[in-house]
Amino acid sequence: MTASLKNYLENSNGYHAAKWSEPVVMEMTGTGRRGVVFEDAPAPKLPGKAARKNAPVLPEVTEHDALRHYLHLSQMTLGMMGVSLFGTCTMKYNPRIGERATSEHLKKLHPLQEAETLQGVLELYDNFSDFLCEVSGMDQFIFQAGGGADAAYTHACLTRAYHASRGELQQRDQIITTIQTHPCSPATANTAGFEVITLSLEENGYPSIEQLKSVVGPRTAALMVNNPDDMGIYNPDIKEWVKIVHEAGGLCFYDHANFNGVMSRLRARELGFDACMFMLHKTFGAPKGGGGPAVGAYGCAEHLVPFLPAPVVKKDGDSYVLDEDRPQSIGRVREFWGNAPQVMKAYAWARAMGAEGLREAADISVLANNYMDWRLGKTKGVSRSNPGIDAPRMEMTRHSVDQVTQDTGCTVFEISNRMTDFGIDALWLSHEPWLVPEPFTPEAGELWSKEDIDYWIDVLEHVIAEAYEDADLVKTAPHNGPIKALTSALDEPSVWATTWRAYERKHPSKIAAE
Amino acid sequence: MARLGLIINPVAGLGGAMGRKGSDEPDIAVRASVEGRLSQSPERAARALDTFRVGCSVEVLAGPVLPPRGEVTPVGPATLLGTAADTEACVREMQGKVDLILFAGGDGTARDICAANSGGIPILGIPSGVKMHSGVFARSPERAGRLAADFLTDPLRRTEMVEVLDLDEEERRAGRLSARLYTVARTPLNRRGDRQNPKAGSSDTVGEMDGAIAAYLRAMKTETLYLLGPGATMKVLKDRLGGGSLLGVDLAEGGRITGIDLDEHTLIERVAGRKVRIVVTVVGGQGFVLGRGNQQISPAVLRAAGMPRIDVICGADKLAGLNPQELTIDTGDPALDSRLSGYWPVITGPGRSLVMRVVA
Ligand SMILES: Cc1ncc(COP(=O)(O)O)c(C=O)c1O
Repeated sequence: MTASLKNYLENSNGYHAAKWSEPVVMEMTGTGRRGVVFEDAPAPKLPGKAARKNAPVLPEVTEHDALRHYLHLSQMTLGMMGVSLFGTCTMKYNPRIGERATSEHLKKLHPLQEAETLQGVLELYDNFSDFLCEVSGMDQFIFQAGGGADAAYTHACLTRAYHASRGELQQRDQIITTIQTHPCSPATANTAGFEVITLSLEENGYPSIEQLKSVVGPRTAALMVNNPDDMGIYNPDIKEWVKIVHEAGGLCFYDHANFNGVMSRLRARELGFDACMFMLHKTFGAPKGGGGPAVGAYGCAEHLVPFLPAPVVKKDGDSYVLDEDRPQSIGRVREFWGNAPQVMKAYAWARAMGAEGLREAADISVLANNYMDWRLGKTKGVSRSNPGIDAPRMEMTRHSVDQVTQDTGCTVFEISNRMTDFGIDALWLSHEPWLVPEPFTPEAGELWSKEDIDYWIDVLEHVIAEAYEDADLVKTAPHNGPIKALTSALDEPSVWATTWRAYERKHPSKIAAE
Repeated sequence: MARLGLIINPVAGLGGAMGRKGSDEPDIAVRASVEGRLSQSPERAARALDTFRVGCSVEVLAGPVLPPRGEVTPVGPATLLGTAADTEACVREMQGKVDLILFAGGDGTARDICAANSGGIPILGIPSGVKMHSGVFARSPERAGRLAADFLTDPLRRTEMVEVLDLDEEERRAGRLSARLYTVARTPLNRRGDRQNPKAGSSDTVGEMDGAIAAYLRAMKTETLYLLGPGATMKVLKDRLGGGSLLGVDLAEGGRITGIDLDEHTLIERVAGRKVRIVVTVVGGQGFVLGRGNQQISPAVLRAAGMPRIDVICGADKLAGLNPQELTIDTGDPALDSRLSGYWPVITGPGRSLVMRVVA
């Protein structure tokens, strides 16, 4: 838990991030400095033209210097270490036991081993598929997709294969989504060659049934939506939506990334959906990592199973096999069977939670959101999106500081920057385009304690009070971070450089001065 | 060193308080002073300037009147006539000296500025008038000030073209509501909705529109007669078809423009017996698709064309900036308007459309 804001304000040192005067590693070079030198390292044998003429210009530093350098940089990297109520992302603690389990059980396996020697991990895949089928009502899960967007893409490809198998692909060239569905649905539908029709929000905070009906027809290939949507609003008409799309011959995909508030409270299949995806690196407690080692678990009902990417783990008598012989499969969406360590960590998390744990976590997520909503409702200058509606809000709510911006000129970016001075991670605002001005979207999930949430809101209130008293203090934040607010240099291609070579080219005078 | 121009129209907004539909009448200033009324525009300009100063410290050239507070360098005539000539004199004087003209006024002021803005300096409106159909206005004085500061400190100075509309005074006196499209002006990008994260790389509206227009061109059918509405977005489509008018309604068939800036009568003649499709963009800042700036596409034209399909092309950010989230039609024929109301898909990118509710 976080100590109270009072504690922070009374302690004159408050919070301060580590700040090092750290050069670029290329500037640290001292000729001849080395880490480990292998005297008898063999020179690689390269075909004539492949071998370079001059040795590469690499930084020459000792092992100790290198370690210290990168440690300093990591200490100066903001984020994901304060209180992080980062909406639409369901920030969860990643139990250390998951690291231990993967290092003990997976490190020495390779997916190209014979299946007989991989029975343990295959059993885990099969069990986890069963677990998620139970949670969603689907018939088979696969874990190949390397993230949520990849799972959405998997669905767009399955949609193509499904309609092609029925000779209707020429006719069905449109996928319908909503403006508060995560942008990966329209993007992947476009990538798979479909036209995308996006529905806009109406008074209730979601599109009306009439609006949906105005676009559904013989060209409809699929509906791709999340629910609750990107601002936490649950569309209560969803069963009717699915029915309308099915009657027109389209498939329905449920982006279940925002599953946290409804875990064990509803099943995608029972709402009528043909397929859904869960984010293991989000809802299921596995780490998120720079879009890399993630897993979008994709599940579908029987009629779509033949089209799933291969291989699918199957039980054959007493043993598990990798079924590669799937003539209608869309093929791979990723190498091997996806990110196995993530699957193992999520499986461990899910088994530890069990059915009751999932339900309790869902309820706590909604409770935490209601609590935040109640407190933010009393916060000066903060308003809630779609204030008049009674549609249920689940695990998060979109709010706005528009009033504060109107009164003080301080934008939500500046307020967010200032909050980092208190050890709070930058806020999640909103996907684009912004329908709500100066938006922010907090989500506490089941992880963050009441003290953490109170601290977070106390800081927000404190910063808003500062904005009214001394707007400059907020506008020039962060003050306690390793760096100040970014300058517009990022917009100037002639200034910024992402490689040393570009830096040398763009800043010859700085290089010469050294 | 960048400079800001600040135009304050001292009679802007007076007509509204006096129950007029604008403040364009020549004697409005005299009558207002008799009634003891004061224009809000100097105060609104000062509010914008307050916010501007927070983010930007450059010199500000101001006229024809000065804001009640804030440091500025006066420009313009020494004695004021109390007419559009004052505004135009200031704008002429600012040519070559400022990088953005921020103005407090309404549609009429925007028009006057454009008339004198020979160098095409970007303009941005502080909403202070009675009529504000043009796309150049920010949502509030504070937003205008902030946007101006952002623009002048942005090394790329991104702009876009938007329409400047004004009510046609003659038509209005004859009792008909009719907004005419006067010109297009350059304005800082992203002024409409709420400023988006400048560091997060917003979606590329220009690229999206370019792709949308290219896709539309590819799908155009040879046998169909296309009626192309006015506006900056439509001009790009017209240019790809060989070039057409910016402010007028043109015709295209067989992949090229075959009629430029046509009036209602000519349109009725040309569409008769043809398979027709209408293409328009959202004109100005108020979400109008029919009835503002494109009155040539009249109820009679629509009927003569057999109530054809109407395609709308418009950037997603422009749609997101609309409050409320809907489009409007006002063809002058209420029965037709209610028949056309409903949900329309608006083309926002290549292979992408956003469904918008259209109301009368
Ligand atoms: C609702 C929703 N769907 C999909 C995604 C995309 O997931 P990923 O970043 O793993 O591709 C996200 C990301 O947070 C999301 O919130």
